[in-house]
Amino acid sequence: MAHSPVPTPVAPAFPTPDVNELTRPYWDGLKENRLMFQKCRCGNAWLPARRECPNCLGTEWQWTQASGKGCLISWVVYHTSYHDAFKSRLPYNVAIVELDEGPRLITNMVDANETLRGDAQVTLQVGWEGETALARFRMTD
Amino acid sequence: MAHDNLRGRYVIAGIGHTAYGKLPGRDTVSLNVEACRHALADAGIGKDVVDGVLVKVPTSAHQFMYGQKVAEALGIQPRVGGAWDQGGAANIQLISYAIMAIDAGQCDVALVCYADNPRSGSRNVYARPRGDDAAYGWFATAAGYGMIHRRHVIEYGTRPEHFGAVAIASRKHGAQNPDAQVRSALTMEQYLQSPWVVDPLRRDDCALVSDGAAAVVVMSAKRAKSLGVAMPVPVLGFGAGQTSWEVPVRKTLTTTEAVKAGATAFAMAGVTPKEVDVAQIYDCFTITVIQTLEDYGFCAKGKGGEFVSGGRIEHGGELPVNTSGGLLSETGMPGMQLVMEGVRQMRGTARLQVPGAKVSLVSGQGGTMHTHNALILGA
Repeated sequence: MAHSPVPTPVAPAFPTPDVNELTRPYWDGLKENRLMFQKCRCGNAWLPARRECPNCLGTEWQWTQASGKGCLISWVVYHTSYHDAFKSRLPYNVAIVELDEGPRLITNMVDANETLRGDAQVTLQVGWEGETALARFRMTD
Repeated sequence: MAHDNLRGRYVIAGIGHTAYGKLPGRDTVSLNVEACRHALADAGIGKDVVDGVLVKVPTSAHQFMYGQKVAEALGIQPRVGGAWDQGGAANIQLISYAIMAIDAGQCDVALVCYADNPRSGSRNVYARPRGDDAAYGWFATAAGYGMIHRRHVIEYGTRPEHFGAVAIASRKHGAQNPDAQVRSALTMEQYLQSPWVVDPLRRDDCALVSDGAAAVVVMSAKRAKSLGVAMPVPVLGFGAGQTSWEVPVRKTLTTTEAVKAGATAFAMAGVTPKEVDVAQIYDCFTITVIQTLEDYGFCAKGKGGEFVSGGRIEHGGELPVNTSGGLLSETGMPGMQLVMEGVRQMRGTARLQVPGAKVSLVSGQGGTMHTHNALILGA
């Protein structure tokens, strides 16, 4: 009987987004370095993805490419991990960025935690976790 | 505009609570029953007159038809009842609903209660992943408050010592409360050395995690008189406000729903912040106290940090806040302990009584500053 190979330690699985019919254009866009947001005929623009415009409640919106430019609204630095995949990354930051086009989103800043500044100008820098492309940002000023 | 014709016509007739801290082996229904038993005894009434049972859902363990489970365990078949969820602001909202229901003739005497056991049970709700953004490491309740705290620092230059002053006041008061879960006072040096949970939040910025229950009895002032209630405390005003936007997409992080809730409650009560003698301000995190005081109008926007400094919010100061220790020291229970301390201050029976206090303000807050309710009590 053959011996089973000694299992090699596996990194804890990273949380993956729910990619579905509605959200696929967002996640596929990031894989091609494009950050998409939803823009409605009524003029409202938003993230994250939803089927109905929260302004006019209609469905006449389109995925639209953002410039990737924005502003750092706030951030936190985790010193406690709430998921095994992030244990080895402590201390890591999670930030809120407002895009020049209006929508805000959760992100990570690729800059060192100590260098982050409120209201700093930022630009998209896509990062990969396994098969998922994430909308990360870096400061430009 | 809120009607002032309810002002003073309804009362909190009784208050009751369980022990706080770790209460293993007790489910939340049992804890609710104990708190209600104490509240009824405090009011000096039997359960036979109760025909309203309004329950805030346990934060850590939502259950289907929970309000009916609590009413069943109480052996009460209410006319009006159920469970309500809007986070920590639900307690004051339910007291408001009780008053409105009684005023509309829908019920006569209401129990409003809350219980949870996250300390001996599950704390998962506080550590939860936030949808698809978990891919960025976005987890936990504290982190949302951390974003708000940081934005206040960015916009107004609020200093660590300002946040420390809030924690120090609650801990100073809790240290003198034999029922409090944490009875150790805190120095500024200790606060500043307190370990990060989610920077900018230190451990001592964060509410306790606690098991326990609390209940109040609501009825009209007239009914309280006919039932011989010994220490009814009149409700002068209440108000509510909500934002539905989650923190990441909320367009302002530094102004809260306390603006709307406070304006409504103060107008209904016919008082201004200057006339408030003692306040119980929801302190799930220290930033919440600073922003709530600003938004109620106790100081200008952005000046909350200075306002809470120099002992102003400590017992003996200009506006004593959280005189039994709040969520930071008495119990992490989301809000009902603040209502009870507001009632004790108006009865003149608080351990850290504010001498001659005539107007008592209580705030409730839910989610990540999503919901806010204000309650103003009179003596």
